[in-house]
Amino acid sequence: MAEERIDVKKTYKMYIGGDFPRSESGRTYKALDSDGNLLANACQGSRKDFRDAVKIARGAFGGWSSRSAYNRGQILYRIAEMLEDRRDQFMKELGPIGFKTAEAEADINAAIDRCIYYAGWTDKYQQVFGSINPVASSHFNFSMLEPTGVVAAFAPEKSPLLGLVSVIAPIIAGGNTCVVLASEKYPLPAISFAEVLNSSDVPGGVVNILTGFREELAEHFSTHMDVNAMCYTDNLPQEMKKLIDENASLNVKRIVKHPVEDWYDEEVQSPYFVTDFQETKTTWHPVGF
Amino acid sequence: MSNTETKEAAYKPTSPNSKLDFASVWEYAPAPQDSKFAEVKDQYDLFIGGKFVKPSKGRYFKSTNPATEEVITEFAEATQKDVDKAVKSARKAFEGEWSRISAKERGKYLFRIARMLQERAREFAVLESMDGGKPIRESRDVDIPLVAAYFFYYAGWADKLEYAFPGKKPEPYGVCGQIIPWNFPLLMLAWKIAPALAAGNTVVLKPAETTSLTALKFAELVKDCGLPDGVINIVTGAGQTGSEIVNHKDIDKVAFTGSTNVGKIIQKSLAGTDKKYTLELGGKGAMLIFEDAPIDQAVEGIINAIYFNQGHVCCAGSRLLVQEGVADKVIQKLKDRLETLIVGDPLDKNTDVGAINSKEQFETVNKYLEIGVNEGAEVYQANCDVPENGYFIRPTLFTNVSQSNRVVQEEIFGPVLTVQTFRTADEGIEKANNTPYGLANGVWTDKGSKIFKVGSQMRSGVIWANTYNKFDPTSPFGGYKESGVGREGGMHGLAAYIKN
Amino acid sequence: MKYPDFNQTISIDEVGVEERVSRLNKRSIKKDSKVQALKLALSMIDHTTLEGSDSPGKVIQLCKKARQPHPAIPDLPTVAAVCVYPRMVSVAKKELKGSGIHVASVATAFPSGQAPLSQRLDDTKFAVNEGADEIDMVISRGAFLNGEFQLVFDEIAAVKEACGDAHLKVILETGELHTYENVRKASDIAMHAGADFIKTSTGKVSPAATQPVTLVMLEAIRDHYYETGKMIGMKPAGGIRTAKQAIQYLVLVKETLGAAWLNKDYFRFGASSLTNDLLMQIVKQQTGHYQSLNYFSND
Repeated sequence: MAEERIDVKKTYKMYIGGDFPRSESGRTYKALDSDGNLLANACQGSRKDFRDAVKIARGAFGGWSSRSAYNRGQILYRIAEMLEDRRDQFMKELGPIGFKTAEAEADINAAIDRCIYYAGWTDKYQQVFGSINPVASSHFNFSMLEPTGVVAAFAPEKSPLLGLVSVIAPIIAGGNTCVVLASEKYPLPAISFAEVLNSSDVPGGVVNILTGFREELAEHFSTHMDVNAMCYTDNLPQEMKKLIDENASLNVKRIVKHPVEDWYDEEVQSPYFVTDFQETKTTWHPVGF
Repeated sequence: MSNTETKEAAYKPTSPNSKLDFASVWEYAPAPQDSKFAEVKDQYDLFIGGKFVKPSKGRYFKSTNPATEEVITEFAEATQKDVDKAVKSARKAFEGEWSRISAKERGKYLFRIARMLQERAREFAVLESMDGGKPIRESRDVDIPLVAAYFFYYAGWADKLEYAFPGKKPEPYGVCGQIIPWNFPLLMLAWKIAPALAAGNTVVLKPAETTSLTALKFAELVKDCGLPDGVINIVTGAGQTGSEIVNHKDIDKVAFTGSTNVGKIIQKSLAGTDKKYTLELGGKGAMLIFEDAPIDQAVEGIINAIYFNQGHVCCAGSRLLVQEGVADKVIQKLKDRLETLIVGDPLDKNTDVGAINSKEQFETVNKYLEIGVNEGAEVYQANCDVPENGYFIRPTLFTNVSQSNRVVQEEIFGPVLTVQTFRTADEGIEKANNTPYGLANGVWTDKGSKIFKVGSQMRSGVIWANTYNKFDPTSPFGGYKESGVGREGGMHGLAAYIKN
Repeated sequence: MKYPDFNQTISIDEVGVEERVSRLNKRSIKKDSKVQALKLALSMIDHTTLEGSDSPGKVIQLCKKARQPHPAIPDLPTVAAVCVYPRMVSVAKKELKGSGIHVASVATAFPSGQAPLSQRLDDTKFAVNEGADEIDMVISRGAFLNGEFQLVFDEIAAVKEACGDAHLKVILETGELHTYENVRKASDIAMHAGADFIKTSTGKVSPAATQPVTLVMLEAIRDHYYETGKMIGMKPAGGIRTAKQAIQYLVLVKETLGAAWLNKDYFRFGASSLTNDLLMQIVKQQTGHYQSLNYFSND
């Protein structure tokens, strides 16, 4: 009789700068399935992990923001392709955390389609929201959108794949780079999504994914002086909301609050989610010989 | 002069590089703007619910003319009770008449305001210069025409909002609390009130305590225009009054223009609330002058960038970065140009640089002049006369400064320019961006492709290429980084007053 | 002497030049400073007649007006010069004898300049021999627009030589140069080739003198002065008809070049009807009454 095979479990690490490091703190916490069984030990990301990730995101910003809109669109589409290719992996991950088969399928489908939705916006939002301004003097004047910079985000707690993708896609579609804290309770799909990113053509450092505790990291996300914007979509506890808002004022961080109940609702996908992470730049030039 | 003398003079050799002499055989006589027709009352009350009302605590504060240090009038100090009254009247108007009238009619009120401002333009210009110290040439030719233009521009948007927000049904926030600075008093009022009303909001606005006069004159004009009571409320006072507005629980949206420090305090005090806010804050704009730039026009652009409105401009080009090959030439021309700037009476039509807005700001700028000298900068000031009384500062250049100097890093908000050099475009851009601010930057070069590259790499909300300090109601304005959140002006400026 | 490479273009922004002029035009010149400016402008006029129909009689009348602009005010300055065609130089010279007023003559196949260089030089020498104190030459605009900058330079240098002691004013005919950058380049060529004055226009081409063109030329003069130490004069000509315009030009000079250029040795107006408008304004300043041309001789 053949011996029962011991399966090999994946070690879930974080995703920073295109690498999968453990937390510098060496800490982990237990990611459980819906019955309370251990799925994996997730990294408990620290202040220093966040610091490293921001530094890398800043370093990646110049290159990513100067990619052509067409290229960013292709890369987002490539993410969708890779996601499609790894459906089984996500089916296996979503099942144990409470998704019925049909729900998991719907979640993955929606996540793939959302990538494609934003892939299509990369070279269009500028046309819809930029403008040529008919000033009264002899100047040519136009306004265009430019990415805000480095965005720190709390991914939605209850939608570990679709919610995560729905937050990351508009941020990077517009040329920003980001550091995202995965769903605290269900961190594993985020790390698998990092593998998707890593096998698509997203340059390292454009998306960085940490796992860990909001309670611990909210302070650091919101106080970091090299973070230009912070985004959350859950209804955070009032105290945490206040803390984030207050800390944001240290460097006039943009706070993007997007309360979303249902990530399947197509209303939550919008070019305005892209423009929330954009700055309008207006250029003047004389018109003459 | 005889024939022979003429010839001798023409061939008289002069030494190369000798200085031009602008102390002229022909000087301009004083050309005072008539100001008697502009009426100023001894005292101004608060404008709430369409009426002028006394402040609840009965306190007034004096306002001085910074060019003479004489008191010109006094304004009511709005306290918590007054602000509450103003917010309530704005709420009542928002829920009542203002929401009931059609967007088209709403727009017509704004058109009416624009027209009436044009009719009384000179009066407003005179008052603006008396109260704030800015030269009449600027209040007459820049501030007030733009005030009318902003109202005119946004008036037309009132019934066309859905075209500005594709896919959205635009709705106003409700009651907006607006706090404006002292550098462009009436213009900042227009930037705030015109889009807010076009979008269907009502407002409680607080002008700066040193420059409230034109806001209250504007309130009189609003009455003349027959705007429904409570749509526009104007409360005067200092920081405490502003804080009462920001923290009032029935304010839906706060719009602030002022220093980054105060902006941060406001952002912080709104923490944990659902109030929306836009902030238009400070700056430390850089101007990159490349070797191939149109040098004479660049020099004029620099003058407009830093000495316009005594340098009290958030987007002022206060850092000059010159490519090494033309640095000497540019500095020489700049020094020549400084000699022809006329500093003095704001109401003289020939004045280029008026009075520093207040004693407090006068002391701040002087403090920075001292800091610059202590940091080892070489200081050059225009060799002009300044009046004995009043708060006047000679246009100033600091050379021999570096990126680490405080005068290079901090917003001085006065007629003080620092001059640095750079060798390559990359170095210039890096220096320009090496600041927490990001409001405006300038670039001067004859090469189109360079403009686009440099312009796209400088992180600021406005890029003035081969020009500087231009404003237009159709043109969005606002900062990156610590220079603010949101835009004012243009279609993008409407977003500040529409629910998202 | 080292000359700049005239193939290099000094970039000039059209909108910036015009904005600068519009700002200078906002100077408000009142009271004493206005009277002073009006008299100064009068003293800077090259009182001009350049018509095919010019006759000795016409020129004599012009010269009388130059000597005594307005008999009612005897202490007025005279104009700086009268400007005529070469054939009229001897008439003017005789008429102006002892007045200190110069005789300027256009030459070099004015206004087109489309004659062989030898003829243009002869034209110049003729005018000088007739007694012209100043020669107003035209450059070869066709050659300039064709990029033949050395040719333009050499021609100016040749005319300068033909002038002898007479002052050379070089007319760029800016209305045919089209861009401020061309105006700047032509100014630099002229100054380096020996011009004592640079002048905007013949008056036969529209647009003639404009303030933005004048500003560009004044700035060229300023840069030339800084480079070489040599002061070159400036003469806008054509289209300057009113005292108000003249004062605006003086403001340009004052704030670009300063005090040293504010005299007839370094600044001239090429004009004909300007004289009377200045006189009317001077009388208005004295009497407080707006004036009528009926009271001013129309020579």
